[in-house]
Amino acid sequence: MTAYIVRRLFATLPVMAVVALFVFFLLRFAPGDPAAIIAGEDATAEAISAVRAKLGLDRPMVEQFVVWTSQLLRGDMGVSIFSNLPVTRLISQRLEPTVALTLSTLFVAVAMAIPIGVLAAWKARKLVDRLVMGFAVLGFAMPVFVLAYILIYFFAVKWQLLPVQGYQPIKEGLWPFVQSLILPSMALGITYMALIARTTRASMLEVLAQDYMRTANSKGLATNRVLLLHALKNAAVPIVTVIGIGIALLISGVVITETVFNIPGLGRLTVDAVLKRDYPVVQGLILVFAGAKVLVNLIIDISYAFLDPRIRY
Amino acid sequence: MSAILEVRDLHTQFSTLDGIVRAVDGVSFDVARGETLGIVGESGCGKSVTAMSILRLIPPETGRIASGSIKFEGEELTTLSDEAMKRLRGHRISMIFQEPMTSLNPVLTVGTQIAENVVRHLGVSWKAARERAFEMLDLVRIADARRRLDEYPHQLSGGMRQRVMIAMALSCDPQVLIADEPTTALDVTIQAQILDLMIELKEKTGTAIVLITHDLGVVAETTERVVVMYAGRKVEQAAVEALFDEPLHPYTRGLMRAIPRLDVEADAAGTRPRLQEIPGLVPILTQPIIGCAFAPRCGFATDRCRRDAPPLVDAGAGHLVACWEIDSVRRAA
Repeated sequence: MTAYIVRRLFATLPVMAVVALFVFFLLRFAPGDPAAIIAGEDATAEAISAVRAKLGLDRPMVEQFVVWTSQLLRGDMGVSIFSNLPVTRLISQRLEPTVALTLSTLFVAVAMAIPIGVLAAWKARKLVDRLVMGFAVLGFAMPVFVLAYILIYFFAVKWQLLPVQGYQPIKEGLWPFVQSLILPSMALGITYMALIARTTRASMLEVLAQDYMRTANSKGLATNRVLLLHALKNAAVPIVTVIGIGIALLISGVVITETVFNIPGLGRLTVDAVLKRDYPVVQGLILVFAGAKVLVNLIIDISYAFLDPRIRY
Repeated sequence: MSAILEVRDLHTQFSTLDGIVRAVDGVSFDVARGETLGIVGESGCGKSVTAMSILRLIPPETGRIASGSIKFEGEELTTLSDEAMKRLRGHRISMIFQEPMTSLNPVLTVGTQIAENVVRHLGVSWKAARERAFEMLDLVRIADARRRLDEYPHQLSGGMRQRVMIAMALSCDPQVLIADEPTTALDVTIQAQILDLMIELKEKTGTAIVLITHDLGVVAETTERVVVMYAGRKVEQAAVEALFDEPLHPYTRGLMRAIPRLDVEADAAGTRPRLQEIPGLVPILTQPIIGCAFAPRCGFATDRCRRDAPPLVDAGAGHLVACWEIDSVRRAA
């Protein structure tokens, strides 16, 4: 197992290299010029090329790439073109809200989806199944920002139970921190819940038809044990896979949610950096997102071995 | 003979797109304490459905026990509450299945799967239940039982898995063990070992066994009494010796002729006589059967057979048979 993990970690290096290569050249081939943005709308061509020379953007692209990657290897992601702050600091400042929002969304989604999926499979084709699955599909169909404003209207404006917007870091106290996360993670989580719930239902239905479920029933075990241990553990691999895929979807969802709820996270940083063509920041962010995705995949793959003893690495 | 299990006029039906399938159509039999009863018939004759009906494991979405009575120690099971039925399953009546490769849960250890039964029904601690699981594995002669407790089903062979199923089924000392084709999926030497084991454990524990099989060889070796089923009905019932001495129903005779025999000499060319199969197919159970269900495949059938269903009659010494033409069948022997 340890050997497998080490091997997988080494295998991420070429993946990250390819990501770095793509993000670097795609950005530079994309329309838009940070030098023109900095120089302002009325700037002359000379002024723009002066800015470009100052930023080092007039050098050949390959040279720029070599400079950037050699910095990367030393753990330096470069400096923002606009704020002159190191990219690593910009990212680490914004990391906490995004990680907190992602994890709380994941928690909300999984905590709702698995009971709903199990219930629907157990009562398959009955009224309960239709109701909860209808609810799940509705949640999936609703755009995050619409749901977000509905939630804000009721919980924050009308009943004044939760803050309308903003983020409280965890060091400001646990309760304000949790309060600031409830609405955003509900808004983001319900979409995601539908996906997990449907997979749970489908996977459970397949498992419930297996011979060993007949054995479990022939032993007169309590319904809870039959469903939540005998069936759910067998159904877990596809469910965990979908949770992993969902984390990738979450990253794009986070951008919208952070904007609606005014949360200073990586999503907002990304949007701003892309709009301004802040190359070093965008490059750094994409690398972080790609690294997170690779890491999540590794964790999901390892979890299979714990869920199903037939899987060995 | 005190019956521990009494099945009376059982009708189990399934709703399908083609109509109602009468899988079990008026079957009655008793199981005495500690005896081994065989239920024989070809695929689709209602053997397994009868077994599933006794434990009320018929999937409620498609099937139901339409009428009839199943009494266990005098208690009516068809009207028992779901909770009371669960308390009975795996505890006082337990079951083992045909498919040892798929009947155990692949993600739970063997020890857990046996012990959970004991915890559920005998209310002992997990520690004690695990000890019981070890004893049971030892009893079914699984070598190195202590270590096997922590293994998963995929680490065991088919024969070992069926032993685990037996250990699990007997872990709470049930009064009745229903074994649905327990050896069909195993190779012949393992089959014999498993059957011997079941009989030996039956002697030790006094558990009655209902052995469901299509294999008359298995019946001859292990059972005391036999029920022969055809198209959801009981067509013959007798003590095992009586049945093999003089099978009275043409269907039973057909089954016996279809047993491969090693004691028949090959002729000079080295060929043995061909096995005789029963001509025709089992009837489609969605249509009501008029007359004797076997008549279309039966060499003795008369117009009366095709018109009226024959009643079960006692042909002597408790040998029951449902056939109008017993006399011609006897003469043909």
